[in-house]
Amino acid sequence: MSGHSTYQPKTGIEKWLDARLPIVRLGYDSFVDYPTPKNLNYWWTFGGVLSVILAVQILTGIVLAMHYVPHVDHAFASVERIMRDVNYGWMLRYVHSNGASMFFLATYIHIFRGIYYGSYKEPREMIWLLGCVLFFLLIATAFMGYVLPWGQMSFHGAVVITNLLGAIPVVGEGITTWLWGGFAVDNPTLNRFFALHYLLPFIIAGVVILHIWALHVPGNNNPVGILIPQDLQRRDTVPFHPYYTVKDGFAIVVFLIMFAVFVFYNPNALGHADNYIPANPLVTPAHIVPEWYLLPFYAILKAVPDKFLGVVAMFASIGALFVLPWLDTSRVRSLRYRPTAKLLFWLFVVTCLGLGWCGAQLPEDMLFTVAENGDGEPMGLNYLWLSRILTALYFGWFAAQLPLGLFERPLPVPPSISAPVLSHAGGDGGDGGASPPSQRGGFAPRPATAQPETRG
Amino acid sequence: MADTPPTDRKLDDKPLSDGAPSETITGVEAAQHVPTRRDFIHVAAGAAAVGGAAMIAWPLVHQMNPAADTLALASIDVDLSKVVAGQQITVKWRGKPLFVRNRTPVEIQRAQQVRLGELKDPQPDAERVKQGNEQWLILVGSCTHLGCVPTFGTGDYGGWFCPCHGSHYDTSGRIRKGPAPLNLAVPEYEFLSPTSVRVG
Repeated sequence: MSGHSTYQPKTGIEKWLDARLPIVRLGYDSFVDYPTPKNLNYWWTFGGVLSVILAVQILTGIVLAMHYVPHVDHAFASVERIMRDVNYGWMLRYVHSNGASMFFLATYIHIFRGIYYGSYKEPREMIWLLGCVLFFLLIATAFMGYVLPWGQMSFHGAVVITNLLGAIPVVGEGITTWLWGGFAVDNPTLNRFFALHYLLPFIIAGVVILHIWALHVPGNNNPVGILIPQDLQRRDTVPFHPYYTVKDGFAIVVFLIMFAVFVFYNPNALGHADNYIPANPLVTPAHIVPEWYLLPFYAILKAVPDKFLGVVAMFASIGALFVLPWLDTSRVRSLRYRPTAKLLFWLFVVTCLGLGWCGAQLPEDMLFTVAENGDGEPMGLNYLWLSRILTALYFGWFAAQLPLGLFERPLPVPPSISAPVLSHAGGDGGDGGASPPSQRGGFAPRPATAQPETRG
Repeated sequence: MADTPPTDRKLDDKPLSDGAPSETITGVEAAQHVPTRRDFIHVAAGAAAVGGAAMIAWPLVHQMNPAADTLALASIDVDLSKVVAGQQITVKWRGKPLFVRNRTPVEIQRAQQVRLGELKDPQPDAERVKQGNEQWLILVGSCTHLGCVPTFGTGDYGGWFCPCHGSHYDTSGRIRKGPAPLNLAVPEYEFLSPTSVRVG
């Protein structure tokens, strides 16, 4: 889809600029006349939402840095000064702290959309890999940002997470000392976390550019999940502007309203009260938890009894995303045409939500009790074992992608985006994408995809 | 010099080994990995660039390791006279909490009676205290799992309990149950007098 440019410079200055730095042409080809599948639904708007949130975070972050002091003696007080004395400081900080939550919310939806519609599959593996890199950078940035207010959760969260690396055999201790710049999380740690928290968003912005570049080579995936045939390019696509600038714009406005509800009506709903207690290295909060968006990974860490293997499992849970394009053996992209895979997808979503829930619980607490044993201790399922079951399901979903594509029978896939719609004129008018197109009559499925697609 | 490219090539592409006659050196053979002086220059330049990059990278990496003033953190003296039997005090040492516990005879007895086979990180109680001062247990109060501060006198073994991920330590600070792999660390220390120790 990165075909020839349709940009026509009109004014003299545009022509002058175009011959020297064709930046207007780049923008025009990327965001105005960029051919976009005409059937993208609202799940596709989260890329635009994420760009806006990144801009919001960078903007609010830069101004907050003008008032924040990265020193163990002043950090907590400087944040409180931002909240109480700096003009609009309360709003800027609440936008920034809730912005992190919004960033993850939109990211998770964006990732699940990619999984549901097979956007990670050939020829879009590079977009997916860059997206995984972005997710990892986002986690690192959010973690370091959470340390900066230097409250109790900030401090002990930093202690726990940096100690994770200490689990690595032989070099672990050297790495943690190097990371801390001392024998414990202390002033040098806070200083460098601030420097890196300022740096990483710009790295993220750079990788976002690569992510969009990689997207614009094969073009957008779409809910039908087919590659648009060359001869149907005109019929199956519309220009990005105005069709998707308006659709994305509407989604962004709705998302920002939800964001504003948190910022202005319940700004601490997603935070933890203990982070309003100044950091004290001598006392750990009774129940230490990360922010909500990292709870599923925290649950996986806690589910494994061995320290090193727990850390390995936690990193593997993110690492598994990187290899998903090569685990999945099905050539049908969209889960609309893969009933079994669709069922497993929803199971996977529930598993992730369940892990998030477990991450916030104490491992020994009981989910339910069926009886008491001789010592009067309750017997049943505690959160530790629930986490273990869910961890197995989480990795099981990835493992299931290998055989699934080989054995399942996908439904017939339409030959083009417009085919099911045009052959269905005067029909129910609903989306109907989930029902087998063959049952709608009118068009013949492509012979190549009428049979279950298998490899090998 | 201006009109002698063939001569230049002959000189440059002369094999390092003396065996091959120079007139057989053609572009095709050079591509077949007959090492030439030019290859040598490429390898040498590449090696110098990699070495240079490593020399530039090291200061940028090493600056993150503890600075001289951090390493020079003084040892601390702890006054034991205020710690009554059955209690502990927590002092900050090298940015971490240090537990100084005055154990009761019952606690000492319980620590000494544990069979080593039961332990995850086997170590007799005698190795974790100074002889003649068995009531004084001095430990780095940092859970060996992920560094949280265990709480005093709680857990299934009467020692410490880590609230983060549920590790239980006994009255010798040894790991008994939970995800922590090692016993609570015993720092270097010496008794200056019966009521004073110097840690570090």
